[in-house]
Amino acid sequence: MKKEILQYTALELAAKIKAGEVTAPEALEAVLAQIEEKEKEYHCYVTVDAEGARARAKEVQAQIEAGTLTGPFAGVPVAIKDNMNTQGILTTCSSKILGNFIPTFSAEAVKKLEEAGAVLIGKTNMDEFAMGSTTETSAYGVTKNPWNTAHVPGGSSGGSAAAVAADECFFALGSDTGGSIRQPASFCGVVGMKPTYGTVSRYGLIAYGSSLDQIGPLCKNVSDCAAVLEVIAGHDPKDSTSVEVENTRYTESLVDDVKGLKIGIPRDYFGEGLDPQVKDAVLQAAQVLRAKGAIVEEFDLSLVKYAIPCYYTIAAAEASSNLERFDGIKYGYRTKDYEGLHPMYKKSRSEGFGAEVKRRIMLGSFVLSSGYYDAYYLKALKVKALIKKAFDEAFAKYDVILGPVAPTTAPELGKSLADPIQMYLGDIYTISVNLAGLPGISVPCGKDEKGLPIGLQLIGDCFKEHTLIRAAYTYEQARGEFGTP
Amino acid sequence: MSKQYETVIGLEVHVELATKTKIFCGCSTQFGGEPNSHTCPVCIGMPGSLPVLNKQVLEHAIAVGLATNCDITRYSKFDRKNYFYPDNPQNYQISQLYLPICRNGYVEIETEDGKKKIGIHEIHMEEDAGKLIHDEWEDTTLVDYNRSGVPLIEIVSEPDMRSADEVIAYLEKLRMIIQYLGASDCKLQEGSMRADVNLSVREQGAEAFGTRTEMKNLNSFRAIQHAIEGERERQIDLLEEGKAVVQETRRWDDTKGCSYAMRSKEDAQDYRYFPDPDLTPIVVSEEMLAEIRGRQPEFRTEKMARYKEEYDIPDYDIQILTETKHMADLFEQTVAICGQPKKVSNWLMVETLRLLKDRNMDPEDIRFSPEHLAGLIALTDQKAINSTVAKEVFEAMFDTDVDPVQYVEEHGLKTVNDTGALKQTIEQVIAQNPQSVEDYRNGKEKAIGFLVGQTMKAMKGKADPATVNQMLKELL
Repeated sequence: MKKEILQYTALELAAKIKAGEVTAPEALEAVLAQIEEKEKEYHCYVTVDAEGARARAKEVQAQIEAGTLTGPFAGVPVAIKDNMNTQGILTTCSSKILGNFIPTFSAEAVKKLEEAGAVLIGKTNMDEFAMGSTTETSAYGVTKNPWNTAHVPGGSSGGSAAAVAADECFFALGSDTGGSIRQPASFCGVVGMKPTYGTVSRYGLIAYGSSLDQIGPLCKNVSDCAAVLEVIAGHDPKDSTSVEVENTRYTESLVDDVKGLKIGIPRDYFGEGLDPQVKDAVLQAAQVLRAKGAIVEEFDLSLVKYAIPCYYTIAAAEASSNLERFDGIKYGYRTKDYEGLHPMYKKSRSEGFGAEVKRRIMLGSFVLSSGYYDAYYLKALKVKALIKKAFDEAFAKYDVILGPVAPTTAPELGKSLADPIQMYLGDIYTISVNLAGLPGISVPCGKDEKGLPIGLQLIGDCFKEHTLIRAAYTYEQARGEFGTP
Repeated sequence: MSKQYETVIGLEVHVELATKTKIFCGCSTQFGGEPNSHTCPVCIGMPGSLPVLNKQVLEHAIAVGLATNCDITRYSKFDRKNYFYPDNPQNYQISQLYLPICRNGYVEIETEDGKKKIGIHEIHMEEDAGKLIHDEWEDTTLVDYNRSGVPLIEIVSEPDMRSADEVIAYLEKLRMIIQYLGASDCKLQEGSMRADVNLSVREQGAEAFGTRTEMKNLNSFRAIQHAIEGERERQIDLLEEGKAVVQETRRWDDTKGCSYAMRSKEDAQDYRYFPDPDLTPIVVSEEMLAEIRGRQPEFRTEKMARYKEEYDIPDYDIQILTETKHMADLFEQTVAICGQPKKVSNWLMVETLRLLKDRNMDPEDIRFSPEHLAGLIALTDQKAINSTVAKEVFEAMFDTDVDPVQYVEEHGLKTVNDTGALKQTIEQVIAQNPQSVEDYRNGKEKAIGFLVGQTMKAMKGKADPATVNQMLKELL
């Protein structure tokens, strides 16, 4: 029974629970049993709150039976990336410096899911402070790709993606600053979506690159993604960068129809560095959409080569400032032996932060420093505006842009951190989407010869999630079953 | 001194705005309270918190800018000023550097040589830091974040001032404008107005500026005056000895009458300012400007000129009455009801100010209404109560805003004007005090004073002393 339950998508489970065929506690026990079995191998979670989840599942079940809880995810167990505040539950950002941090409030997106009836299982592993592409910079151990445990799950939402792939949850939340939802979704063969900047409140998301961060769903299919986004999207007065979105009824766009849809494929995305197997799988997916009536055409996006330096300059600059609050004074890690205030700051932060985080803080401080600000940071902001302009021009001609999510499938564990710049270059296809604030989705479209998943990326114009979801849904329907690890 | 030196002074003035809540969150700005009781995740910099701008802060900043002849920046941003210190919960302060809300203004001050314009370089909005309390016994420092996030505007002047007097005049002018706008109560002693003095000296006639120092911890006009004079001398002494003035921040100690260089860590600071990505740009529309402009009150200078024309009261009175907008409003509103500007002025200048001082209150705290003050004046006009009683009624009115007519009724304080009863009482007093009567008849004028006193006592104060005096003289 338990294994059977795990096959359901989040929406299917919600329907079963509503119909009384499965109970919330049953669904939770199925997941907890799976975690018991697989966690020592995959290590998707930093914290599993079995006790809290059990209490909540019981409570939710009672409310469902009483008819007082009718939310779309009533009774469905969910995993939350560990950079989103969960009241009363350890929130570490996979860093030592927050190893003892218990937030006093939950992130807005988390609250919305709980109001919709979801049951919080625990907090998933990630790259430390969301800085990384493999989940290997976590201070709490690596997460393994359920498709092949010698490989990474991707990052920084590696734990969330792996948990969905391994049935250690029914769906998860991740965050995406440069591709951190879409890339692990691609590596783990699940669906991951980053909404338009401003769509989902950032209140309670521990900030990395404030002008780029967005929370989004990682799910088993496009329908689940649309339904999750529908719950978590919406204006939040506590977030000044939050937008009043007109129509958040994304599930209405789960329509199998792309007739006449204009799809543009950037030539610049298919040049050197792209693995031929990935290239084939993605171009094949484009053919599937063409066969369903879409008009598919190549074009030149331009400025692609500036995206990575632009991103790393801006994200690191913002991060260097956002992470200043971790100083051993108010919360989190403080070094044991120190003499004086500034030595205490230095030691706590040196000991509490990992290498990649320190690297980016230094990079960010440098590009903001007097004498370099204009040449680096200001220049990067201008490039950002030009990248947005390039996309605006593209979307004047096309409804959706199609391309790969990453140049390769999941690399082997232990191979990426030695050459950070090389690792950064892997973000080439996802990063511009954050710089332009656009919505993007990764849908599994193939496997390489090792059986590792390949993701198809669809990018929409800002606030055009509806078009994006329709295109993704249509592709998924046509593709058929993808399979699980 | 062989050379003549000119002092060049610029001021950075921080003003705490009188909003109910903080600049980026809904916490109370109320002074006092248990440490860390007016706090929330935003103003203590918890992970995941985000700032949201309090619109009133923007409105106050624009109002002050308009009143000081500034250009209002139509597209401005907040910038983060990054530095590590425990009173700064996020280790960055949200301020404005690149696009401050107001620029290129001026205020006019009166000097011995006539009117002078002191330029205002810019005005910007920023958040205040928390308070550090050093516990000597435990050798620890405690942090109170109640003040963290309280809204400030910083007013940066051009280096246009040349003496302590000009500095005081400038500060008084700023204070008057800001108080009149209701933007802040501007109390140096309480910290709602803080002034840092930037001072350098140069030989008279020189074109270039000398090296300047910054002085902090100036908690009164007196301290500012002493600090300016002291620093001028210190710098001149250095230059006369052939030494250079070091650019540094100095802390003024008013009790010792000298300044100390603060730890120079501050000087090498690179704050890495950049626009805060959590806040959207501030766009000021024509409508908003027009609305704020429309709400500008009549400032003191115009008011004083108008009072001189409209009301027949001495210049000295006008000066006192217009010192605060609250007092001026009270004056105008009371005169509108009962006329009699001189009488209204007397009540405000004498009794009101006396009681304010006594009770350690500010003009903003006055409780009684113009209607009630007018009522009191009417009672004295009608001679329904005498001046002593009037003072008593006024004090009651001052404390509780009681209706004076009602109060007089309830306490039976009406002057007895019944001449018959009065005559009776006087005759009794005469009978009871034969010695005084004789003294008076023998030429001692002062004895009548005693008899008046006795009569007043017998009448329980409810007689008009002048009338009593007259009647006594008649009967004697």
